[in-house]
Amino acid sequence: MNVLVDRITRLGGFVRLNIAGIGHATAMFITVIRRSIGLLKRFRLVSDQVFFLGNYSFVIIAVSGLFVGFVLGLQGYYTLNRYGSEQALGLLVALSLTRELGPVVTALLFAGRAGTSLTAEIGLMKAGEQLSAMEMMAVDPVARVIAPRFWAGVIAMPILAAIFSAVGIVGGYLVGVPLIGVDSGAFWSQMQGGVDVLKDVGNGVIKSVVFGIAVTFIALYQGYESKPTPEGVSLATTRTVVISSLAVLALDFLLTAVMFST
Amino acid sequence: MKKNSLDFWVGLFVVTGFVALLFLGLKAGNMSSFSFAKNYSVTAKFDNIGGLKPRAPVKSAGVVVGRVAAIQFDDKTYQATVTLHLEENFHFPKDSSAKILTSGLLGEQYIGLEAGGNDQMLAQGSKITQTQSAIVLESLISQFLYNKAADAGKEKD
Repeated sequence: MNVLVDRITRLGGFVRLNIAGIGHATAMFITVIRRSIGLLKRFRLVSDQVFFLGNYSFVIIAVSGLFVGFVLGLQGYYTLNRYGSEQALGLLVALSLTRELGPVVTALLFAGRAGTSLTAEIGLMKAGEQLSAMEMMAVDPVARVIAPRFWAGVIAMPILAAIFSAVGIVGGYLVGVPLIGVDSGAFWSQMQGGVDVLKDVGNGVIKSVVFGIAVTFIALYQGYESKPTPEGVSLATTRTVVISSLAVLALDFLLTAVMFST
Repeated sequence: MKKNSLDFWVGLFVVTGFVALLFLGLKAGNMSSFSFAKNYSVTAKFDNIGGLKPRAPVKSAGVVVGRVAAIQFDDKTYQATVTLHLEENFHFPKDSSAKILTSGLLGEQYIGLEAGGNDQMLAQGSKITQTQSAIVLESLISQFLYNKAADAGKEKD
């Protein structure tokens, strides 16, 4: 009986701890937004971080986009061919990429590549007491370290998602037209007829911005709140990838339900 | 020196993103068919618009001359009022007819405009009076079956 009570107590404590964590994270989010006004004068901080988050991710995003486009072209052709609609391959590839795969796959790759590096960097800064040293010098670590990285992530994500979708469409074209033999004119004209710039491309961009905010902030928060030991940093990077991946997929479902409901 | 080179690569990254977005908008999307050409609107009433949607093309002799702007329901005549935007440089006589046609057999529906013979041309706000509604597949099938049954009945007599 006591074991049962003990278990339930532990469950309650676990839930309260996590909810307190969410509240703490929200407070830090608001702090980051408030301290971001000064960044307009020191934009170099943000653009340096865009280099570290965006340019270094460019290769993996572009190559992944190319191969996802290849696979979409192949699989799409095999399935459409069964119903005699292989002319619609361009439309299939473009809609899949701009609506869903572009933002989501880019966000998952971004969480793995840039999110973990952010968490590790902030966690090691905390372990090496750099953040405390900054506070000693009356330099606000949130404004100097966290906020530039947050805005850099928010800027880099939509750009990467657009690159992913564009390279993917080119990849689908390369597989569909020269390799398999779908008619080039039909490929592009069906795509242009069916992809709506505001609804499909625009909603994809909105999704990628939301994912950028989520992934970047989760990475920064996990790093900021990590235990200042090597194990603590390693645990924090794992949690970054897991929580941001789940958050991206859950947000994707919510956004899709809201945006694409007819 | 290092700072300058970082800025360059960041700038290049952002420019690449814009180019990708532009590609998606123009080549993959339908932005290039946003006609910035001036157009004038006319209205037409149909009994049944079938699957006609806004932004559907208006074609004459198979060439796109405009777009469907809006579709509304008139509850006084119980007909659908379709607003068409026709390009400025195409003029059609006042007695032109509008039909709802399907591209291919089961494809998207569009409006086909056939020129009439009147001297006066359609202008902003004109009404197209000769209209033909969309062909609803179910009505055709039931009509066909009815005719078949009628023929079978006649043979018995």
